Amino acid sequence: MAVKIRRRAFLAGAAGAAVTASLSFPAIAQPKPVRIGLLTVKTGPLASGGIQMEQGTVRFFKDRNYTIAGRKVELLVADTGGNPAGTKTKTQELVERDHVDMIFGPLAAFELLAISDYAAQAKMPILSLAAAEDMTQRRPNPYFVRASATSSQNMHPLADYAAKELKYKRIITIADDFAFGHEQMAGFQRVFEDAGGRIVKKLWPPLVTPDYTPYLAQISGADAVVQGFAGSNPLKFMKQYQDQGLKLPVLGGGTACDEALMKSFGDEAIGVISCSAYTGDLDTPSNKRLIDGMVKDYGNIPGLYSAGLYINGQVAEAALEKTGGKTDDRDALIRALRSVSLVDTPRGPFTFDHLGNVVGTFYIRKCDSKGGKLVNTTIKSYPKVGQFWTYDEKWFLSQPVYSRDFPPLKS
Amino acid sequence: MNLWVVLAVNSITLGGLLFLLSAGFSLIFGLMRIPNLTHGSFFMLGAYLATSLIAHGFDFWSAAIVGGLLVAAFGGLVERLILRRLIGAELAQVLVTLGLSFMIADVCLMVWTGDPIRIATPSALRGVTAVGGLAFPTYRLAISLIAVVFAVALWALLDRTRLGAMIRAGVDDPAMARVVGIRVSRLFTVVFCLGAWLAGFAGVIGGPILSVYPGLDQEMLPLALVVVILGGSGSLVGSLVGSFVVGFLYNFGQAMFPELAYVVLFLPMLVVLVLRPQGLFGRQTA
Repeated sequence: MAVKIRRRAFLAGAAGAAVTASLSFPAIAQPKPVRIGLLTVKTGPLASGGIQMEQGTVRFFKDRNYTIAGRKVELLVADTGGNPAGTKTKTQELVERDHVDMIFGPLAAFELLAISDYAAQAKMPILSLAAAEDMTQRRPNPYFVRASATSSQNMHPLADYAAKELKYKRIITIADDFAFGHEQMAGFQRVFEDAGGRIVKKLWPPLVTPDYTPYLAQISGADAVVQGFAGSNPLKFMKQYQDQGLKLPVLGGGTACDEALMKSFGDEAIGVISCSAYTGDLDTPSNKRLIDGMVKDYGNIPGLYSAGLYINGQVAEAALEKTGGKTDDRDALIRALRSVSLVDTPRGPFTFDHLGNVVGTFYIRKCDSKGGKLVNTTIKSYPKVGQFWTYDEKWFLSQPVYSRDFPPLKS
Repeated sequence: MNLWVVLAVNSITLGGLLFLLSAGFSLIFGLMRIPNLTHGSFFMLGAYLATSLIAHGFDFWSAAIVGGLLVAAFGGLVERLILRRLIGAELAQVLVTLGLSFMIADVCLMVWTGDPIRIATPSALRGVTAVGGLAFPTYRLAISLIAVVFAVALWALLDRTRLGAMIRAGVDDPAMARVVGIRVSRLFTVVFCLGAWLAGFAGVIGGPILSVYPGLDQEMLPLALVVVILGGSGSLVGSLVGSFVVGFLYNFGQAMFPELAYVVLFLPMLVVLVLRPQGLFGRQTA
């Protein structure tokens, strides 16, 4: 780098104005690359999702030959280690040292919350899958875009389906005892109760729980169980659920029966009905490209995380096409990002609301065994689902954020 | 009413698994005074190795035994090459074994990826067994049985064989044991391998319930620590009783006071540490 500058200065000085003009010309014809930072997790217990995020991102840019809207793309991957402090450090590096134009990631809500204020100050667009409700509700970050879902966004349609199509009246919920689990189950509860159903019991095993039996022993007297586990917990839970001889139908959110878990699940997952922003059997050209590419490169089918990052790539591309490839005006860039409207994506058509959260199709799927392999088959889709479901936005935001105890159980 | 019976039976089965895990930890700590923080990693490593062995055509039980043996061999290397040099330096041992556990976790992540891997329950033990009108997972009952068999076998080994007598002598007074001609350093290797084998074996046996995933090591290690602190290090009876106490605390605590699940689990450990630092069945050491 230093050598280059010296040579350029020498040339400029020696050959005069004409040469300088001709040197600056190719800079217009070949603009500098777009720099995209990816905050992911490659070590520790969150690594599984983090690695999938990186695979989805790389797949997208490979599909585009690392060129979007006429500009080359430089991808900078940073491992946050899955903790808030690491995320903060890596974000600062990406922003201040690498001068990235936007950031994909991070994975977990607590990582996102750790950098949200800093990123907003730096006017850095963040395209994350982290589902924390208030990021696009009561404490919105104007530079944030979420093309996946809030925690409860897929639970609202799931509850609607459980009450209206499955005609369930009584449900027991069980989910990891942290914000993502709380928000998911609260969302399910609100819609299910409003449709006339009743939540009999809400169970909260700690995030780290080797043995679910103490909770499984309390499951009885309901039509079905709704589980909101994430990471590798769905696997452990479903196995122990089956071992315990429980027969109640199981419903779940996006992480509960994700495509990425299919190769790890056994027959205990058969029959699980889940609602997700992404489904493997969606027939769009880009989903087919994503699946084929993932199988070819990594021998895996994509799940929520890889599809989510592939979609982020598409959002970035569409926004850059709107700005004519420009990224310098950050406010114009975030406006472009939030006005993106796409049809051919791995999750189908979607747009964004004025808070930067996705409005798109959500899919109710049933897990089945086909030819010795587990697959999710879509049985119903809910188009144009926003984060507020059918509720009035003003009313929704005037209520407290979904939590462990809100809304309170009707008894 | 049924809930309590189910919880009680499950407490016993979890206790069985914890005994397999912590017996080795207790022996190692009792004899060598090494707080072996890689013990959870041995557990996870055994389970991961077994998934590969099963994928290469081993059946579940031979995978459990061979997986355990591979972990034991690894444990032997760790003892010979590293821990041997750190005898008496407890802080160094803690740091080294902790560091090793992170390294093992990263290597596992590289080799077996971050995706959780499921170990199928051996076909003969699938399904549930009805006992007095209640259904219990057959495999869990089998774990309790395995734990009892191991408890008896370990007791026989320690109490009825020459090797056991030497180990007991080494636990009680290593200096005196050396004086009467016992090669305590060789005992160290034997015991460390045995402990590692037990942990690896327990990892495989626990596999059908827990499955294997990054972070499993750090979930199991605290449980082993609680068991050994409650029961007293170096005491087989202590490990056995401690395992079942923890099994009961874990199950009933989570069912009755879910918000305080960890308090219920760790509070007894604090109380024992304060009132009876050597553990319920441990011997007072100078």
